[in-house]
Amino acid sequence: MIRRVLPHGLGRGLLTRRPGTRRGGFSLDWDGKVSEIKKKIKSILPGTPCDLLPDTSHLPPEHSDVVIVGGGVLGLSVAYWLKKLENRQGGMRVLVVERDHTYSQASTGLSVGGICQQFSLPENIQLSLFSASFLRNINEYLAVTNAPPLDLQFNPSGYLLLASEKDAAAMESNVKVQKQEGAKVCLMSPDQLRNKFPWINTEGVALASYGMENEGWFDPWCLLHGLRQKVGVFFCQGEVTRFVTSSQHMLTTDDEMVTLKSIHEVHVKMDHSLEYQPVECAIVINAAGAWSAQIAALAGIGKGPPGTLQGTKLPVEPRKEEEPDPANLEVDHDFFQEKVWPHLALRVPAFETLKVQTAWAGYYDYNTFDQNGVVGPHPLVVNMYFATGFSGHGLQQAPGVGRAVAEMILEGSFQTIDLSPFLFNRFYLGEKTQENNIM
Amino acid sequence: MAASWLSLRLVAPMWNGTRGIHRLGGAVVPEGNQKKERTMLQFLTDHFYDVEALRGYLLQREMCKVHLKNRSFTWLEEQHGPYSAGAFFILKQGGAVKFRDKEWIRPDKYGHFSPEFWNFREVPVEAVDASDCEINYEGLDNLLLLKELQSLSLQRCPHVDDWCLSRLYPLADSLQELSLAGCPRVSERGLACLHHLQNLRRLDISDLPAVSNPGLTQILVEEMLPNCQVVGVDWAEGLKLGPEEQPQDTASPVPA
Repeated sequence: MIRRVLPHGLGRGLLTRRPGTRRGGFSLDWDGKVSEIKKKIKSILPGTPCDLLPDTSHLPPEHSDVVIVGGGVLGLSVAYWLKKLENRQGGMRVLVVERDHTYSQASTGLSVGGICQQFSLPENIQLSLFSASFLRNINEYLAVTNAPPLDLQFNPSGYLLLASEKDAAAMESNVKVQKQEGAKVCLMSPDQLRNKFPWINTEGVALASYGMENEGWFDPWCLLHGLRQKVGVFFCQGEVTRFVTSSQHMLTTDDEMVTLKSIHEVHVKMDHSLEYQPVECAIVINAAGAWSAQIAALAGIGKGPPGTLQGTKLPVEPRKEEEPDPANLEVDHDFFQEKVWPHLALRVPAFETLKVQTAWAGYYDYNTFDQNGVVGPHPLVVNMYFATGFSGHGLQQAPGVGRAVAEMILEGSFQTIDLSPFLFNRFYLGEKTQENNIM
Repeated sequence: MAASWLSLRLVAPMWNGTRGIHRLGGAVVPEGNQKKERTMLQFLTDHFYDVEALRGYLLQREMCKVHLKNRSFTWLEEQHGPYSAGAFFILKQGGAVKFRDKEWIRPDKYGHFSPEFWNFREVPVEAVDASDCEINYEGLDNLLLLKELQSLSLQRCPHVDDWCLSRLYPLADSLQELSLAGCPRVSERGLACLHHLQNLRRLDISDLPAVSNPGLTQILVEEMLPNCQVVGVDWAEGLKLGPEEQPQDTASPVPA
């Protein structure tokens, strides 16, 4: 019976599908078959192959050109732009070190995912506008063959900001700056506001600004996933425990002694073990979000007499002033009942009978100095670059900031959006780049 | 028999009929077809860098073509006025234009159209039929030049998505009729930002595959635009009869 069927099938070639057999072109589980054959060979040979070299596949590589501490949206955005803007494909080896691969406490995943252009600083507006165009064209930037196109679930509703009498002038000047930068924002009087949104109580409102385009909220996990699958860098799950630096003493023009440090090794400790891997690197990027201050302290930033450049710490903390204690991520339900709900019920009378369905908590990488991001190199630790401290608007500015840091590293200066007001020096010089509209 | 032939095809079918091996995986093709028809292509892409690079290059080329089609005609606007520039953009894409008090101007099957509209400098465009055109967000720059547009049809446009809908608010004063039937990327989130278009009298939202709950969306859109007739979905679609409302079997014996 079998002999009759076999030549019959072979005669017609590979194209027929016979019942009861598994022929049919390349739809077989090819990799599965190969691993089965390997197992068979191993079982035939006597003994197991001896481990001449210990298995280090779980450790990060020993050398890497750039080490990015922190695998959230900012770290991945810097990695993406470094790879995109490098002159030679594969010319730079980038390692992203993330402590928690489930991102359970990372600000990216816990973020609401809002994007808004209604800021007072032109740089912030430009960053948000660029991010909006990045998200709009996300399938062109982050397209991967064989993967389905990304759906950000973007909800295009504008942000509405209300101002009382005393803040109306500031709002008007802010909207003027926003319009100059190209954001589509319009001012509304209380009457127009009542016409448009009859459910708002306009008592005490003198002016309102409403974003017409490029504002709304989206799914941050989708952006994170898209960046992760596109960017061809090494990922490592571990914690940075030490920087090994080398110092150089130099004299300034005023004959003052300055110690310039440069990090040449990063010790990455693995989870649940004491094993660590020293990674030799040329550049370190601090994108650790709420924990950036600890990473900066490891590099010796802030260790010095206060008031000097060596003694200036990175003022990023995982909390905000009036908000609940950030020791853990437990939700403080009373905070909503006492601080938030009265304002909501006043402004929108229908919210008086509001019931909270779910709540969650996340960290802000809050810049206590002026609530704006820190971008760029440190003046003394010459190869540590910052991309952190965005105090609640990091996710919406991540594409723009990633590009700016990549330009700083590859070209030496900001090329497209000038983020010099966000350099580290301002903490020492005391110049605040204050953002008046904090979300 | 046919299925095994298909598994050897190097080209993956695009949803709108054009063929190419450069499209992204899994967009609108139903799951069953995807598994059978693209295993050869997927296998090659996963195992050979060259095939992956080729597919990536072809995809980039497709995107460049769409960008070229949607470039901004600012110099035309300066020379001939906004209405003619906008009309030229639509006609070049393959759509049809109707100026006020004039007939519809359509390109023929070779893509040629009559140049008489260049003389209509002051005549506003009343209606645009951009069905099956490859208009995207940037191309709307040219469409929004037509400030007095009353009727817009964007049926089956493959690149019109929620971002594009959020850009239609400048036409709020004049737009009375809008059709989005068959657009694969429009979801209920984009439909929500049509609340700016308060003068809309007729809206067609039939056959939108990306909308998760068509019946509910129809009700919400009707509530959002009270003066507008929303066409397309029967709101009772997807509702099941409750247990008390099951149709009674009249033949069953009723206890006397």
